[in-house]
Amino acid sequence: MSKRHPLDVVIIGAGVVGAAIAYYAARAGLSVAVVDRGPVAGGTTGAGEGNLLVSDKEAGPELDLALLSAGLWRELAAVLPHEIEYEAKGGLVVAPDEASLGALRDFAEGQRAAGVEAVEAGADQLRELEPHLAPGPVGGFLYPQDAQVQPAQAAARLLAASGASVHLGEEVTGILTGPGGVRGVRTRGGELLAPAVVNAAGTWGGRIAELAGVSLPVLPRRGFVLVTEPLPRVVRHKVYAADYIADVASGSAALQSSAVVEGTPAGPVLIGATRERVGFDRSLSVEALRRLAAQAAALFPFLADARVLRTYHGFRPYLPDHLPAIGPDPRLPGLLHACGHEGAGIGLAPATGVLIAAALTGARPPLSADPFRPARFAADPAG
Amino acid sequence: MPSSASDTAPPDLAIVGAGPAGLAAAVTAAGLGLRVTLVDAGERPGGQYYRHPAPGLGAERPEALHHGWSAFAEREAALRAHEEAGRITYLPAHHVWAVVPDGDAWTLHAVAGTGPDEAAAALHARAVLLATGSYERQLPFPGWTLPAVVGAGGAQAMLKSGLVLPGKRVVVAGSGPLLLAVAGSLAAAGARVPAVVEAAAYSAYAGHLPALLRNPGKLGEAATYGSALLRRHIRLLTRHAVTEAHGTDRVEAVTVARLDRDWRPLPGTARRIPCDALAVGHGLVPQLELATGLGCATRPTADGTLALALDAEQRTSVAGIWSAGETGGIGGAQLALLEGEIAAHAIAGRTVPAALARRRARLRAFAAAMGAAHRPGDGWTGWLRDDTDVCRCEEVTAGRIREAVDELGARDARTVKLLTRSGMGWCQGRMCGPAVAALAGDGPAPDRRPLSCPVPLRHLAQLPPADG
Ligand SMILES: Cc1cc2nc3c(=O)[nH]c(=O)nc-3n(C[C@H](O)[C@H](O)[C@H](O)COP(=O)(O)OP(=O)(O)OC[C@H]3O[C@@H](n4cnc5c(N)ncnc54)[C@H](O)[C@@H]3O)c2cc1C
Ligand SMILES: Cc1cc2nc3c(=O)[nH]c(=O)nc-3n(C[C@H](O)[C@H](O)[C@H](O)COP(=O)(O)OP(=O)(O)OC[C@H]3O[C@@H](n4cnc5c(N)ncnc54)[C@H](O)[C@@H]3O)c2cc1C
Repeated sequence: MSKRHPLDVVIIGAGVVGAAIAYYAARAGLSVAVVDRGPVAGGTTGAGEGNLLVSDKEAGPELDLALLSAGLWRELAAVLPHEIEYEAKGGLVVAPDEASLGALRDFAEGQRAAGVEAVEAGADQLRELEPHLAPGPVGGFLYPQDAQVQPAQAAARLLAASGASVHLGEEVTGILTGPGGVRGVRTRGGELLAPAVVNAAGTWGGRIAELAGVSLPVLPRRGFVLVTEPLPRVVRHKVYAADYIADVASGSAALQSSAVVEGTPAGPVLIGATRERVGFDRSLSVEALRRLAAQAAALFPFLADARVLRTYHGFRPYLPDHLPAIGPDPRLPGLLHACGHEGAGIGLAPATGVLIAAALTGARPPLSADPFRPARFAADPAG
Repeated sequence: MPSSASDTAPPDLAIVGAGPAGLAAAVTAAGLGLRVTLVDAGERPGGQYYRHPAPGLGAERPEALHHGWSAFAEREAALRAHEEAGRITYLPAHHVWAVVPDGDAWTLHAVAGTGPDEAAAALHARAVLLATGSYERQLPFPGWTLPAVVGAGGAQAMLKSGLVLPGKRVVVAGSGPLLLAVAGSLAAAGARVPAVVEAAAYSAYAGHLPALLRNPGKLGEAATYGSALLRRHIRLLTRHAVTEAHGTDRVEAVTVARLDRDWRPLPGTARRIPCDALAVGHGLVPQLELATGLGCATRPTADGTLALALDAEQRTSVAGIWSAGETGGIGGAQLALLEGEIAAHAIAGRTVPAALARRRARLRAFAAAMGAAHRPGDGWTGWLRDDTDVCRCEEVTAGRIREAVDELGARDARTVKLLTRSGMGWCQGRMCGPAVAALAGDGPAPDRRPLSCPVPLRHLAQLPPADG
């Protein structure tokens, strides 16, 4: 293991969050190492869809983070290779009836106050925006800031651009500590020494916290995605029904879904994703597939004739209040957390990277990280 | 819509695959008193080995291209008799896309029929036997996507079912015992075979003489092929490979080079052989997605693939799920028949006849010896140029895969796929999977295809909702 020059920080996790932290920490002048037990994007990032959404977030700290990220993704798109497939295609939320349109209007009002662009569209305008949409929706909202990246590419390119030393295939088995706090990490291959360690282990972040002797209640929330055969590019935006917003904010364990439908540059239409809390259960849920398919066909009837080529699933990392943990852990100096981004980690990765880089260098963060305090779940939040 | 009678109790056993293994299991199980549903994606029973010539081709004697056609004919007749008697429900043209637990039984979801008749089917059974066989392993090389470059097994299948020749002058290349059979059939059907190019050395079997000696039948088969080749003056080049196919509209010639022990082409040994078709294959890969979707454990095999881990009575690691034939490791039609019978006995709760168990052990040992000899050497990736397509469906080149591995942190086939789209197309990585894994420096990974075949979205949308 390389010991050429002393490291400032070791990041555990080569998912999109770890990669973004490496990128912004290195840009802040730090010497960075990233360690992952698997390949780059081998965790939940490889199962994510790459929606960068502001539209599904109600006004509050997560929306602020998403808005900061939306701007950062635009900047990144200009400097990272085009393979990250950044596309500012915009989101379209449709309301099946007047009641849900009313709710959507209120929701959008709050978002606008926070800086979101939301444009109401009548039934006719919906048809202009998405000519293949089923008749029925009474109206909806267009969110021009919603965008899209290819998650695995985004993680890999951020990591490559960071210049960090990357240790793949090395599992972290211990957090090294001394009198002053964190000293580094132990892996199966040896030790990596640094005065700061960032836990960017996503759904497995709770276990890293445990290794460090602190608790962080990250749990898995399973999601399935359907992928169709390549189709002519007729779905132009990210399109979903208004009840999706209720699902995202829900804490229920039961299977929930409201399909987000979108076309991809390569042709396949992605339909995702369900949400259910079933631990790390890898078995196929036919019910999840049924719901996604039924909802997609209800939005776009032509999809009923398409073939589904594949389906995949992943486990979103979630915390009890559905906000990520971002920042230093007051219980162990030198330990920072950046995990628990649930179904929005791809979108929220750059802002997370900026906040962690600021915490590492003592710079002023662009927004308050206080709502994301990692110790907020502890019985006695010591900080 | 269930095509089986859903108002009665589910049958005792559903068998996926009506190749040698599934067919033998079905008739044996029915003979032992079980009620059986036999499902197969194909139109006729027989699987990859026993193929009926399309009617009207005037081929009265399919047995000419098959060893042991009678073993099949007897079982096909038994199948018809059991169908008649209502003990077996045989459902051809049913492609099972997933098997899922359903209380203490199983549900098999299938796409039934094709074209306008295509419909969704859900079948139920108390036990499931997966006899889904194998598909051909392809290792790419420059020019392999040219027209008239066909799979070796595919060429054999074309011959058996349609008596169609891929060309007039056909080079046969790759690795494995199938090559000799293919060359023999091509020659018998009137093609010229300028060479059989085999990457392994048959002398590699010598190390496994005991297995060979215990399988005189197999030796005889190889000898038959060998002498047929001699009679027809077909050159057998061992430790050689086709490292490039040339041509514009179709293949016109191939470059053949000598290989070292690791299948690295030796400099200065390349020469051209003119031809108008190339039949190429590097052995077979067990088709496991239905099993791995259920969580069945796998084991690495001597030929460098993964097969299901099975006990002596063909049980998988998942209670209630059984498997027989090539899913348990490539071993040939004889072994598949045998394992189907063993599984049927075990599922029916009968003692497996000792003779069956002994023959199985012998054939499995032989298969392992053969597999070890034909396992691709690591050096084969040296045939690839950066501009060689590895994934044909998505047109991903070796260069892009190498970039993903060397510069972007991919260490396995899954991550290469995420970064390059290799394996995301119609074949879902059946064609490029082994090659991509090798380029990623990864061993074979268990098939991960939660849908075994493309499924009309409508079929999914119309599934009965779970609890309301
Ligand atoms: C079906 C689905 C669809 C989604 N769609 C979207 C979407 O459209 N938009 C969006 O923004 N988000 C989406 N998400 C959520 C998003 O994928 C996640 O929030 C995000 O990928 C989390 O990234 P991460 O880097 O925190 O975690 P991960 O990508 O899981 O990375 C954590 C890494 O830590 C490593 N690790 C764990 N333990 C150890 C150890 N002991 N030693 C070394 N390494 C270790 C793992 O190997 C892993 O690579 C979706 C998720 C799912 C499941
Ligand atoms: C292309 C090819 C050509 C071959 N040619 C020869 C040859 O010339 N000589 C020789 O000795 N051996 C040959 N073999 C090997 C030989 O076919 C096998 O040894 C033998 O058939 C194994 O029997 P099996 O029952 O295990 O599988 P198979 O015969 O492969 O039968 C599997 C059956 O399962 C069905 N199936 C698979 N998945 C599903 C699903 N999801 N739903 C429904 N049905 C499904 C398939 O349609 C098939 O009918 C060939 C193999 C292949 C792949």
